[in-house]
Amino acid sequence: MTAIAARPLYLRRFPGRTTLVVGLTVVGLMLLAALAAPLIAPYDPVFQDGTARLVAPSAAHPFGTDNFGRDVFSRVIWAARVDLQIAFLGVVFPLVIGTTIGTVAGYFGGVVDAVFMRIVDVVLAFPYLVLIIAIIAILGPGLKSFYIALALVGWVSYARLIRSQILILKSADFVLAARSLGYSHSRIMFRHLLPNALISSIVFAMSDMVLVLLGGASISFLGLGVQPPTAEWGIMVAEGQGFITQALWMTMFPGLAILLLSFGFSLIADGLGEWLGVKE
Amino acid sequence: MHRYRFVLLRPLQFLPVLFGISVITFVLVRLIPGDPARMLLGTRATASALERIRAQYGLDESIWVQYLYFLKNLFAGEMGKSIVFKTDVLKLIGTRIEPTLVLVIGSVALAILIAVPMATIAARNRGRIPDQVVRVVSTLGLGTPPFWLALMLMIVFSVKLDLLPVSGYGRTLPEKAAHMVLPCLTIALSLSAVLTRSLRASLIAQITSDQATAARARGLSEGTVFWRHVMPNAIVPTLNLLAVNVGWLIGGTVIVESVFAIPGMGQLLIRGIFSRDYMVVQGVAMCFAVATVLVNFLADILTVAADPRVKL
Amino acid sequence: MTDPVLSVQGLSVETRDGVRLVDDLSFDLAPGEILGLVGESGSGKTVACRALMRLLPEPALRIADGRVALMGQDLVTLSEARMRGIRGRQLGMIFQNPTAHLDPVMRIGDQIAEAVRLHEGASRTDARARAVEALRQVGIPDPEARAGSYAHEFSGGMRQRAMIAIALACNPKVLIADEPTTALDVTVQAQILRLLMDLRDRQGVSIILITHDLGVVAQTCDSIAVLYAGRLCERGPKRGVLGAPAHRYTAGLIRCQPTSAGGEGMLDTIEGQPPAVSAMPKGCRFHPRCGAVIAVCNTHQPEQTARGPGHIAACHNPVADAAMTVSV
Repeated sequence: MTAIAARPLYLRRFPGRTTLVVGLTVVGLMLLAALAAPLIAPYDPVFQDGTARLVAPSAAHPFGTDNFGRDVFSRVIWAARVDLQIAFLGVVFPLVIGTTIGTVAGYFGGVVDAVFMRIVDVVLAFPYLVLIIAIIAILGPGLKSFYIALALVGWVSYARLIRSQILILKSADFVLAARSLGYSHSRIMFRHLLPNALISSIVFAMSDMVLVLLGGASISFLGLGVQPPTAEWGIMVAEGQGFITQALWMTMFPGLAILLLSFGFSLIADGLGEWLGVKE
Repeated sequence: MHRYRFVLLRPLQFLPVLFGISVITFVLVRLIPGDPARMLLGTRATASALERIRAQYGLDESIWVQYLYFLKNLFAGEMGKSIVFKTDVLKLIGTRIEPTLVLVIGSVALAILIAVPMATIAARNRGRIPDQVVRVVSTLGLGTPPFWLALMLMIVFSVKLDLLPVSGYGRTLPEKAAHMVLPCLTIALSLSAVLTRSLRASLIAQITSDQATAARARGLSEGTVFWRHVMPNAIVPTLNLLAVNVGWLIGGTVIVESVFAIPGMGQLLIRGIFSRDYMVVQGVAMCFAVATVLVNFLADILTVAADPRVKL
Repeated sequence: MTDPVLSVQGLSVETRDGVRLVDDLSFDLAPGEILGLVGESGSGKTVACRALMRLLPEPALRIADGRVALMGQDLVTLSEARMRGIRGRQLGMIFQNPTAHLDPVMRIGDQIAEAVRLHEGASRTDARARAVEALRQVGIPDPEARAGSYAHEFSGGMRQRAMIAIALACNPKVLIADEPTTALDVTVQAQILRLLMDLRDRQGVSIILITHDLGVVAQTCDSIAVLYAGRLCERGPKRGVLGAPAHRYTAGLIRCQPTSAGGEGMLDTIEGQPPAVSAMPKGCRFHPRCGAVIAVCNTHQPEQTARGPGHIAACHNPVADAAMTVSV
């Protein structure tokens, strides 16, 4: 038995392993491509070659070129930097804010809990994307507005999730044990309750990355997020929309990139969930 | 029938949420920098019109009094005027509600029609190839950007096969129906991915459940056990998931209406944002929020009807 | 002797990896007989009964060998379609946890009527009347109204009664009761056992009562079969097996039974744990825990030998006759 336990995780079999490995590979490769963009991308993503507009995919331009003569392959690779950033930052802010609020509300209960949960109800009453679009409309288009809007809106799911976990754990035996040892509130909360409750919200965060990525790309597609000429998958699809009958490659490849990255995130979320026994 | 008492009581619980919705929409518009009166009327408004709007919304008073004016106007069915369309926002929304409603109902129906057979095939062939295919397809569906899917469907069905109109809404019923096929399909494909995954999981849990074993011990065939005992129990959590996803669904209509140029509320919202028609943005956001609350209420009623154990 | 309703010969159940969870189980069940199938958890008693019903979770478990003759007809070789005609109609089954085994979203009456309509092609109204009658038979008050209730509206004891009503609606010849009282309060337990005996007396149904509780067996059964680690240790009439147990395991079980009259304070226990399915000991499967091991126990599986009329045991070193007495 000890021999099995001593084996590193990546050698061990556990439920969801294949799913997790495939997911990590997909996301890892895309992350690598994004980091190594200057090395991999054959062209500058904003370089306009006036002599090579709307060129179909070929050896020189694997994904073709757009109406400005920019290389679509290079733009797709450079865009990975922006879209990965959207997925990560778009989840981190809500995760941190929501976790803090959910923990405090769940642990103290009473008025604090009631107030926060009413706010959660109201925010959830708004369609997610509509509220984000409305906030961006006020703050002005751009990625910064998108992050602020997400932070204002996205925390509610995490707060609700963490709160429900805390409520279950609060009655668990080891909390009573910690209390009887005279530990302070914040110590019990952050050292004992949170690590247990966090597992399910980490799994949720992985599937949330899919939502945030699609949301960010949608916002950019609508013209409210990333602004041209920056390469970003959503905006690339929007730019290709007008040339869809002549140059399908302009829309097809950035869309496939979003699909692939979301697929990777979903697999990681599924694999983690299966491994850690977290139900959605 | 006491289980349905909440149908009368629940609307009372909506009040705080509706109050919250009104506060958020009020604050959203007041946060916009600049003279609110000018914003409400546009830059070329006359001085007398500005005066009138200041009086109507109490814009010279404190923010609290302004909110009361806002509420008063709201109860009078007054959501302000659109600067672009020069009409009442409420009337404007009234003319835009039909396509959006058709889109939402059509795509939910279509999503269910896709998800139920997919989840059934997967669950009844658990672990085998059909199941793996459904798992991969639904996971891919989850990650497909709706705006891109819309364009791809358009290319295939409207441009290449020339079966369906590219965009717009049409005037007659058959025209409208033809125009709504691809938009509904776009949302339905995304939504069905979510539903399939959830339904598959609950079906598998129910197929191996004790009550299904007991039904088999009564001599029922696998098919009878599935449709009479497994599906009715598995559908309840998926129904709730559908309600939770209504917000997401409305977000989807906003995008799809933009792509297909459907004159619905979503398109109105996006146009309102680009033309700085803030009363329209406020009105549409509020309508969407109220609709979400109502749909969740409806889902609660359906849940109570589907599961005799549930008490609300 | 009348012909048995159910005759099980050499029934064996294997896992996918070839581990025998039930090994060479044989017993007969006479009309109107109540047979107690006794053993610790994991002894294979539940698996054996699922095998009788052909409700094993295939392909994880499968019947490897044996014959299950229900009134002369072998169930093991029957097609699944024919077997479905047997389940519920000839062989009824009730389960340990009635809450989990009733459909929570279907009315109790409909769950009873479902089987009646399926097996007897009864009309909707007839089936409904039969459902009400079945509920009355199992002692549910106001059965007309209760037929329209859902499982969660019943108490635990009522749910088990409802489950018995479902199982007996088509008047099966044999009822398999898998720990029917384990999840219930003691007072309700006695009521359910009395109901089962009543039903046997009134309808002549034969019952296989799976239990780990020898007290239940002593109260209810006519005969006993004791299973250990998938093998039959001892079987015979209740008086013989409980009064003069031959197998060391049976004797141990009887000693572990708390006697309400005794009150000596300390209860006997059988040392150790039942073996894991993946590591069955050689020879007699009970020998690592047995207090009277002789050399042959380590190497050879004991043969079944007759101990009295209808009483057999499989033990190399059986308890000497009349070495212990238990008041039954």
